[in-house]
Amino acid sequence: MQIEFVLFAFLIATAFTVVVVRDLFAAAMLFGIFSLLSSGMMLMMDAVDVSFTEAAVGAGVSTVLILSALSLTDASEKRSTENQWTAKLVVVTTGALLIFGTFDMPYYGDPDAPIHNHVAPGYIEGSRTDLEIPNIVTSVLASYRGFDTFGETTVVWTALIGAMLLLGGSRKDKDEAPEMPDKPEAL
Amino acid sequence: MEKVKTPRPLRDNLILRVVAKALFPFILLFGLYVQFHGDFGPGGGFQAGVIMAAGFILYGLVFGLADMKRMLPPRWVEVFSALGVLLYGGVGVYAMFSNGEFLDYNALDPHNTIHGQHRGIFWVELGVGMTVVSVMVGLFYAFAGRGKRRE
Repeated sequence: MQIEFVLFAFLIATAFTVVVVRDLFAAAMLFGIFSLLSSGMMLMMDAVDVSFTEAAVGAGVSTVLILSALSLTDASEKRSTENQWTAKLVVVTTGALLIFGTFDMPYYGDPDAPIHNHVAPGYIEGSRTDLEIPNIVTSVLASYRGFDTFGETTVVWTALIGAMLLLGGSRKDKDEAPEMPDKPEAL
Repeated sequence: MEKVKTPRPLRDNLILRVVAKALFPFILLFGLYVQFHGDFGPGGGFQAGVIMAAGFILYGLVFGLADMKRMLPPRWVEVFSALGVLLYGGVGVYAMFSNGEFLDYNALDPHNTIHGQHRGIFWVELGVGMTVVSVMVGLFYAFAGRGKRRE
């Protein structure tokens, strides 16, 4: 029980540091740490699959992607001179509304929570008898909710298509030459 | 005005090179284990795809983009990302041709619905894994292949 408090404290501290810090490389690394901490939280909640994904995606691949995107821009955040009160107001209001929304949510692990009384008992029962798959997460993800996963896979694929359209995918001539950026006239 | 020193390639760092080369096959093996053991333990296509992509990206970071592209040509990456989605959808369509509904794995084996489910989940997860690994690598290519901005 105590470890959750420690993780939460570190999580909040990391989030605040990300907001304050101006060095974008440090912010990217802090995001990785944030993901690692949330992965630990998931593990404490016995959500091993989610924790697994969070560690690999959040702390691993996305940090590398952010860093490689950063290498295309400047390393430090530009200081904005504009009035930021509107943005701050929107952020605080949204945050307050989100926290307000949690008051109506059932407590963590509450057996009477609606989510535990709808289709979940059928899935848990059926995963053993109809599918004979020990990992219920896999049977829900791939079989009971196969349509959703198909959609998710398509979304992941769409992300690549979007990135390729925006940033330029593979080109025949470029593959041969090892990273020669187009030469600017000046310089 | 920023003084951006061009960093020395990681390839020059002997320790990184040796460790990356030693870890690379084990990361891929672990990815395959997560892929095919997802029914019994934690894991599945998404996790396996990301782990394997992380292995490939580690290789690319240490040995350079050109070597990585020689190992995984960008063209293949694009093709594989689409093939994964097609494999997933193909399982659904195959189930329709086997007198079932779309993605109804029970229809995949007419004699034993449990075997049908296992088959369906196996191929579907493989499709997810293929798409995720190639999308992650493709995103890395898209960002890392742009070259430095010069001013």
